[in-house]
Amino acid sequence: MLTKRIIPCLDIKDGRTVKGINFEQIRDAGDPIELGAFYAAQGADELVFLDITATVEKRKTLSELVNKIAHRINIPFTVGGGIKSEEDVSILLQNGADKISINTAAFLDPTIIKSFSKNFGSQCVVLAIDAKCEDDGNWYVYLNGGRKKTDTLVMDWAKQAVDLGAGEILLTSMNHDGTKQGFALTITEQLASSLPVPIIASGGGGTEAHFYDVFTKGKADAALAASIFHYKEIAIPDLKNYLTQKGINIRK
Amino acid sequence: MYWAKMKTVIIQYNAGNIQSVLYALERLGTTAMVTDNPEIIKTADKVIFPGVGEASTAMAYLQERQLNKLVLSLTQPVLGICLGMQLMCAYSEENDTQCLGIFNEQVKLFSPSQPSEKVPQIGWNTITNLKTPLFNGVAENSFAYFVHGYYAALGEHTIGVTDYIQPYSCALQKNNFYGVQFHPEKSASVGEQIIKNFLEL
Repeated sequence: MLTKRIIPCLDIKDGRTVKGINFEQIRDAGDPIELGAFYAAQGADELVFLDITATVEKRKTLSELVNKIAHRINIPFTVGGGIKSEEDVSILLQNGADKISINTAAFLDPTIIKSFSKNFGSQCVVLAIDAKCEDDGNWYVYLNGGRKKTDTLVMDWAKQAVDLGAGEILLTSMNHDGTKQGFALTITEQLASSLPVPIIASGGGGTEAHFYDVFTKGKADAALAASIFHYKEIAIPDLKNYLTQKGINIRK
Repeated sequence: MYWAKMKTVIIQYNAGNIQSVLYALERLGTTAMVTDNPEIIKTADKVIFPGVGEASTAMAYLQERQLNKLVLSLTQPVLGICLGMQLMCAYSEENDTQCLGIFNEQVKLFSPSQPSEKVPQIGWNTITNLKTPLFNGVAENSFAYFVHGYYAALGEHTIGVTDYIQPYSCALQKNNFYGVQFHPEKSASVGEQIIKNFLEL
């Protein structure tokens, strides 16, 4: 049976991971390659590297970093952050990324989803959505790292993106992100039950039980988290043991 | 590691993930030449036929460059990966494509029966009923990484079985030709063992 996936996310700024604290097993938690390799060895099923570097010039070093990561890491990884053109995608894939993640650029020009999936295959196109539940009870799409609200409903955008060729949806709940109070189960379940592609849930994972909930009640195919792994609040082997004991199909 | 100095080639064509296969070989302490040069491919000790992409486009590209005939003529161990394995089958439902016909198994589109069965299958699944030295030292029910919407049915050349929606061939073998549906280059230590085994064939 296909397993549920546990995905640590590493934010990268100017070639260094942000938020990472030191693990005894690795020399430099600020080095994305070291930290990524550490998580891979711990049993992470995939990795996401999100480049939050502000300037375009500095972003050019991303492809070099991706190349080094690809040389070192023996599990699949996704790269996101500022990807706009086919050339951006081509360079990252050529340097060994397995998938790319797009967000604001895809919303502003949805045709890139179609061209990326046609040229590189749907399997490597991950659509990231920053979602926020407003007072009216509806989930809306936010852009620019959550700074700009749109009037588009998350479900509508996700459906359109899948029709255009997105191969996976990475759904981040802004209401839950950073709270450690659990994932957004309702919207995750709605997407997972109505879309034919895998849903990666992100935002709010704080305890092992939260992961159990997002895989059962939320019906997520994968769960992504950052700080709880970076700050050693949950170790991946412990999380996987817990989920296995609870009957979730997990890779060991 | 006598195979570290072996001449391994990766067939270059218009299908992705070629770099990842090369890097996986480098992690094992060896390397490979990525080429579409028929002479170099013919004289290699081992040939890897990778691929992520769409079947009809890939077959058209291979035919245009006569690489289809070349692959059929090879007598050294050949390993097809993902789309590479599917192209070694007889036929793919993906855009109604006649493939190389090394394996007579048919490649079909997954047809899910419930919403939880997503297509393509993306992620880690178990490999079972493992046969041939390709799987030496690989335990039954080991996990491998899969990304695919089409699958090769079970048949006489099946040397590994995975269950997603229904049981299908996760690995095929006929004579010197081997194929795996999963990505050994992305399947952690299990994948490394399988690549090593292939190099030792």
